[in-house]
Amino acid sequence: MSADDPHDAQLVPRGKNGRAPDVFRPAAWIPMREYPQDEAVDFAIVGTGAGGGTLACRLAEKGFKVVAFDAGAWWRPLEEFASDETHQGKLFWTDERICDGENPLHLGNNNSGKAVGGSTVHFAMVSLRFRPEWFRSRSLLGYGADWPLDWREMWRYYGEVEEALKIAGPVNYPWGPKRPRYPYRAHELNASALVLARGCEALGIDWSPTPLATVSAPRGDAHPCVYRGFCVSGCATNAKQSALVTWIPRAVRAGAEVRDLAMVGRIAMGHDGRASGVEYMREGRWQFQRARNVVVAGYAIETPRLLLMSATERFPDGLANSSGLVGKNLMVQLNQAVWGTMDEEIRWYKGPPSLSLTEHWNYEDKGKDFFGGYCYMSQGPLPVAWVSTQNGRGLWGQQLQDEMRKYNHQAGLKIVGEAMPQERNRVTLADEKDQYGLPVARVTYSLCDNDKRLVRHSLDFMSLALEAAGARDIWRETDDTCHLNGTARMGDDPATSVVSADCRSWDIDNLWICDGSVFPTVGGVNPSLTIQAIAMRTADRIEALAARGDL
Amino acid sequence: MTGLPRYPGYDVTAKRDTPSWDDVTRTVIDERLATPHEPHFFDVVEWQALCALCACIVPQDRERPVVPVAALVDARLANNLGDGYRDARLPPMRDAWRIGLRALDAESRSRHELPFSSIADEARHALLTDMQEGGLDGPEWRGMPGAVFFAKRVLHDICGMYYAHPHAWSEIGFGGPANPRGYVRMVANRRDPWEAAEARPGREDQAYKENRRVR
Repeated sequence: MSADDPHDAQLVPRGKNGRAPDVFRPAAWIPMREYPQDEAVDFAIVGTGAGGGTLACRLAEKGFKVVAFDAGAWWRPLEEFASDETHQGKLFWTDERICDGENPLHLGNNNSGKAVGGSTVHFAMVSLRFRPEWFRSRSLLGYGADWPLDWREMWRYYGEVEEALKIAGPVNYPWGPKRPRYPYRAHELNASALVLARGCEALGIDWSPTPLATVSAPRGDAHPCVYRGFCVSGCATNAKQSALVTWIPRAVRAGAEVRDLAMVGRIAMGHDGRASGVEYMREGRWQFQRARNVVVAGYAIETPRLLLMSATERFPDGLANSSGLVGKNLMVQLNQAVWGTMDEEIRWYKGPPSLSLTEHWNYEDKGKDFFGGYCYMSQGPLPVAWVSTQNGRGLWGQQLQDEMRKYNHQAGLKIVGEAMPQERNRVTLADEKDQYGLPVARVTYSLCDNDKRLVRHSLDFMSLALEAAGARDIWRETDDTCHLNGTARMGDDPATSVVSADCRSWDIDNLWICDGSVFPTVGGVNPSLTIQAIAMRTADRIEALAARGDL
Repeated sequence: MTGLPRYPGYDVTAKRDTPSWDDVTRTVIDERLATPHEPHFFDVVEWQALCALCACIVPQDRERPVVPVAALVDARLANNLGDGYRDARLPPMRDAWRIGLRALDAESRSRHELPFSSIADEARHALLTDMQEGGLDGPEWRGMPGAVFFAKRVLHDICGMYYAHPHAWSEIGFGGPANPRGYVRMVANRRDPWEAAEARPGREDQAYKENRRVR
């Protein structure tokens, strides 16, 4: 076994011995600083996705000593990402999790990553800003909870993330406050995206090319997107601006150490009631890294799981949990769709899957019988994902095979819809143990009436839009979900939230949480841009707090 | 589109040595195509039930090359490659399959005095329809809901592996692997020369000719 052998990426750590994989050059390495385990680093960060990867980079660039841990492998996309849906399952978090509730979730492929770079390695690159009012949805819109963040400040950080990732998008975006044009030009629309456009124009609402985190012009060592269409299976050309090829190389260059194949199983607590480091499994043995601060960035299941698993006598209900809210208010996003058959050849496998969208029902409040909003996007599932969708409506046998034959003539519209926060939707620890001997997560989910009304509204509207665009045999996919948020919400009051606006836990002042877990509400857009914006803000806040001796 | 689209003569694996396939993809697909056709996870009894089950779930046209879907499902279970979630009503993947296939045989014996693989197509379909609708709940299921097993394991695993095979991609006209070349023609009714040509009614020969040139 060796770190150079692609088959061993999941067996032998690559971030070791003073070097890390150069993701831009086959078989090459870049130098990486290493920190001793028994000297406390400034920050131990658990997770290297949109939250942890971004924060590790920004903190290292500000001069902090940072070690980031990821349970997954450090892949070399150019050599190791096959054009194959099934094989690329290696990017997903496929350790067992038990799902129950009235609507048991499907996890893995569209909401969990296990790799350096986290879920951004296989996300669909959709990079949208929140509607400003959502940061005060309780006060202004009458539902959910207010965020402790001001939208104008977030607007600035959104701009910084868009610049850092060279988001490709339109010159003018139709919704929300004015914003500058996107750094890179919008991508060419495929036939599937033009179906969405036709439907919107027929119904008199705005649509737009989707702002995407995949480059439309050369950038550094990456050439523009070649429209191969395997985006959610991992990008083999590095056009996708995942944390793996953006924040992580920057972090390493700035002096951060990233340890791959390192599963953190416990946050260690000192006698002073503060975190003293992390215990992690790497190369078959439990190890310990001392740290002055610990940041949990494992996404909305692994983050509460780690906090709950780290319970001590002093914190019997888990760390940072005096509010009792750790693990609660898990929010997915609703991901229902309408599908239909077009006369023309669409061939939706070409290009990024969601090249066009409308946020009309995020910004329009009239004509709704529900709280919250949704956007919807054009679609391009590859065959395995598409047959799974067909299975979801119960098809099998000849009927299924006949439907699958229409693959190149399909078009669809799919929402990212705002699910309401509910305390009954939660992550807890099950009795079963995983391969590390740690209790597996139990994930409980039930839709509420408001969620169901939103779904009905969206399916009714999208059916009209798809029909207006010329589709026949339209049918509704009624049960899909995507993304994971909540479970450690931020707020102004320690009694009703887990962390402050700075992502600092109320109970333990050197324990931070920086990922989608901190969302009090989810809005009707994909969360990655907001997670990264929060991470950039958190880094600035930490720098300011450190400067005044408040760390 | 009139009738079901057809792509006569299109074989996605003909692109294996073109710029649409990279080394890692060639390795991955070669390994899948070399999957042994005999079971490694299931025993003989379970294997026969699985083969019969696959023939019902994804019936195959005898005129086309066969997708060895039962072997692919067996290989997946032998490697114990999970999905990352498990409906709390089901036991772990391997247990669910063992229980499910044995229960299916038991239901078949109680109705027809024969195992599932030995009954006629119509009887198989009736049994599976009952399973899908939650009508099977004998003691052999050991409390596992047949309908949940059918939706979350039978359909998910069998169909997922069938459409992971290049023959299935050729059948539906999917472009297949596409790195580093990708695609150029993005709008409707346009194809790159390395994509499948759909047969127009009465012009199957032309599509056949074009598909034999797909590289």
